Amino acid sequence: MASASVLSEYKAPISAHFSPYDFNGGTVLAIAGNDFALIATDTRLSQGFAIHSRECPKTFTLTNNTILGCCGFHGDVLTLTKTLAARLQIFEKDHNKPMPTASIAAMLSTILYYRRFFPYYTHNVVAGLDEEGKGCVYSFDPVGCYEKESFRAKGSASAMLQPLLDNQIGGKNQNGYTAQSLTSTQCVALVKDVFTSAAERDIYTGDNIIISVVNKDGIKSEKFPLRRD
Amino acid sequence: MAAPCVELPKGGFSFDNCARNARLEQLGLKFPTAYKTGTTIAGAIFKDGVVLGADTRATEDTVVADKNCAKIHYLSDNMYCCGAGTAADTEMTTQLISAELELHRLNTGRVPRVATANRLLKQMLYRYQGHIGAALVLGGVDVTGPNLYSIWPHGSTDKLPYVTMGSGSLAAMATFEDRFKPDMTREEAMKLVRDAIAAGIFNDLGSGSNVDLCVITKDKVEYIRPYEVANIRGVKQRSYRYQRGTTAILSSEVKKLDLDVFGTEVKHQPMDTQ
Amino acid sequence: MSILAYNGAAIMAMKGKNCVAIAADRRFGIQGQTVSMDFDKIFEMGPHLYLGLPGLATDVQTVLQRLKFRLNMYELRENRRIKPKTFMSMVSNLLYEKRFGPYFIEPVIAGLDPKTGEPYIASMDLIGCPMETNDFVVSGTCSEQMYGMCESLWEPDLGPDDLFETISQALMNAFDRDAVSGWGAVVYIIEKDKVTKKFLKTRQD
Repeated sequence: MASASVLSEYKAPISAHFSPYDFNGGTVLAIAGNDFALIATDTRLSQGFAIHSRECPKTFTLTNNTILGCCGFHGDVLTLTKTLAARLQIFEKDHNKPMPTASIAAMLSTILYYRRFFPYYTHNVVAGLDEEGKGCVYSFDPVGCYEKESFRAKGSASAMLQPLLDNQIGGKNQNGYTAQSLTSTQCVALVKDVFTSAAERDIYTGDNIIISVVNKDGIKSEKFPLRRD
Repeated sequence: MAAPCVELPKGGFSFDNCARNARLEQLGLKFPTAYKTGTTIAGAIFKDGVVLGADTRATEDTVVADKNCAKIHYLSDNMYCCGAGTAADTEMTTQLISAELELHRLNTGRVPRVATANRLLKQMLYRYQGHIGAALVLGGVDVTGPNLYSIWPHGSTDKLPYVTMGSGSLAAMATFEDRFKPDMTREEAMKLVRDAIAAGIFNDLGSGSNVDLCVITKDKVEYIRPYEVANIRGVKQRSYRYQRGTTAILSSEVKKLDLDVFGTEVKHQPMDTQ
Repeated sequence: MSILAYNGAAIMAMKGKNCVAIAADRRFGIQGQTVSMDFDKIFEMGPHLYLGLPGLATDVQTVLQRLKFRLNMYELRENRRIKPKTFMSMVSNLLYEKRFGPYFIEPVIAGLDPKTGEPYIASMDLIGCPMETNDFVVSGTCSEQMYGMCESLWEPDLGPDDLFETISQALMNAFDRDAVSGWGAVVYIIEKDKVTKKFLKTRQD
């Protein structure tokens, strides 16, 4: 009896094996409005308890009216965005027009699912204007399941951001709430507030946020400081 | 007399739940994590005393649990101790040793020496073989002058003129290695320790918020909390106050409380001699 | 799955102006399966003192009874009401005693000082590391969501009515993004002369 319980304490030796993934932090937030869409990301790139960069935005301009927010494992982020850029360029040369936002979302989904069994470890949101000029946001899981939504937070502090968006944009749990669409200025203010809050509590979110707003005039970016500790 | 059916706690650790918890773990349920103080703590000796410093962030995994926790703990009137590691362990260990030092002081009638505190701490930690996860920086001034120790969770200690501990210890030690010199003035030492802690706050994600300092000299202790607010919270763009009645209620009950009477007037009554 | 998330819970407390609030969800479940929607997680430990116990339900009830016992002994011995801060030390010591075989709960304490009426809130990890704050404390399976809400919604010096709205909204929106807590909520607003208990209408999924 005694020897059995002692023997069970012995485990197989721990083998040091290569892990292909890492997590580099970062938070992405996308909101779709009536005639605009925006993506905000923080600019911190970290690993474990170390900061690699304070100036690494995770927003990528795809076309003149589509942007991508992409965070997770930075190596995969770089490869994925490079692949996307190449595919978009090929499309533009073939068809003599930029790819529409909805199609980019569909294409990203297939690119992600193509790697079903060795996925890109990335959290993605695509924001842009649809064919009618309305704002739209598509959010993805790492293996390509996607959905059109009006607001979505992804990445390390997503759990902190999402409930406030549900409440402030979705009007959840508010008695007698009547839906009203927010203007882009209101959205930008809300984004700053939720990120300031997230930076207080999430160690992987901080330094700065870059807020990129897409509307019919193109893409405009704004930088806003966060805490740096 | 019937014995009380529940006994009062005797003190010391209780291992009542260990078997049950081990079974739960076997079932595949994960063990939760306790608060850690990811921490940068540091101390340096100067001409006539010691400066201790600490950041004020406590983390629970990757979430900040406490933005302004005190990591410089009181041991005795001439000694303080910074703690890194499992927050509960640093808190309770320093409280326990503080009590022992006070008893020692009362028994001997002398100001306790830093070496005494060091030995009490290291013997306690060694006894628990590292299971009490407290990494400490102990500093104080006694009859032998200023003393500074670092104490590791397994019970080993170092006696050095400048020490750092915690996840930000490398950042802080880099600052010390660059700029420490013996016999600094009080102001120089405070600036150096502040810079060491700030290096941890900004470059180590486990450390953050403010800088706390504690300056101990022969006949004075100055515990400055916060010494510097290294990071100011961003200002909100607007208030998120709700209109009253926004939240739907199913039922509501009010319990009136009588205010407690704390003083009653007792009128003088003559003794009944009839 | 963490042992703390086996039954699911969400509890938070907030400081206001001369008042404190403590709120909890009502679910009792076994992993994904909801068993009941009227489970108490907040307990009255004195006229102005409330204790929230999120975590493993069996430990919630065991710890509650052990604390009640120690509290009764204290109040009999001292012949006075316990101060919230003293009570916090009592909880902390009870939990740290079990440092190497802990109870799976992370308590939240909210109350007013029986003499001065000073608001007090605190929370603790499962081995009793105390954390006292001046704004809010959260504990439970959706702590990240609750932190996000509280950081944005809380502001200093809220009166009892505004504090109720703020804590209710913070709690409800947080646990709506958590699968194992919710199913109703209860809020206590503790003031010097009264305690108001309100049950909230929430999503039931």
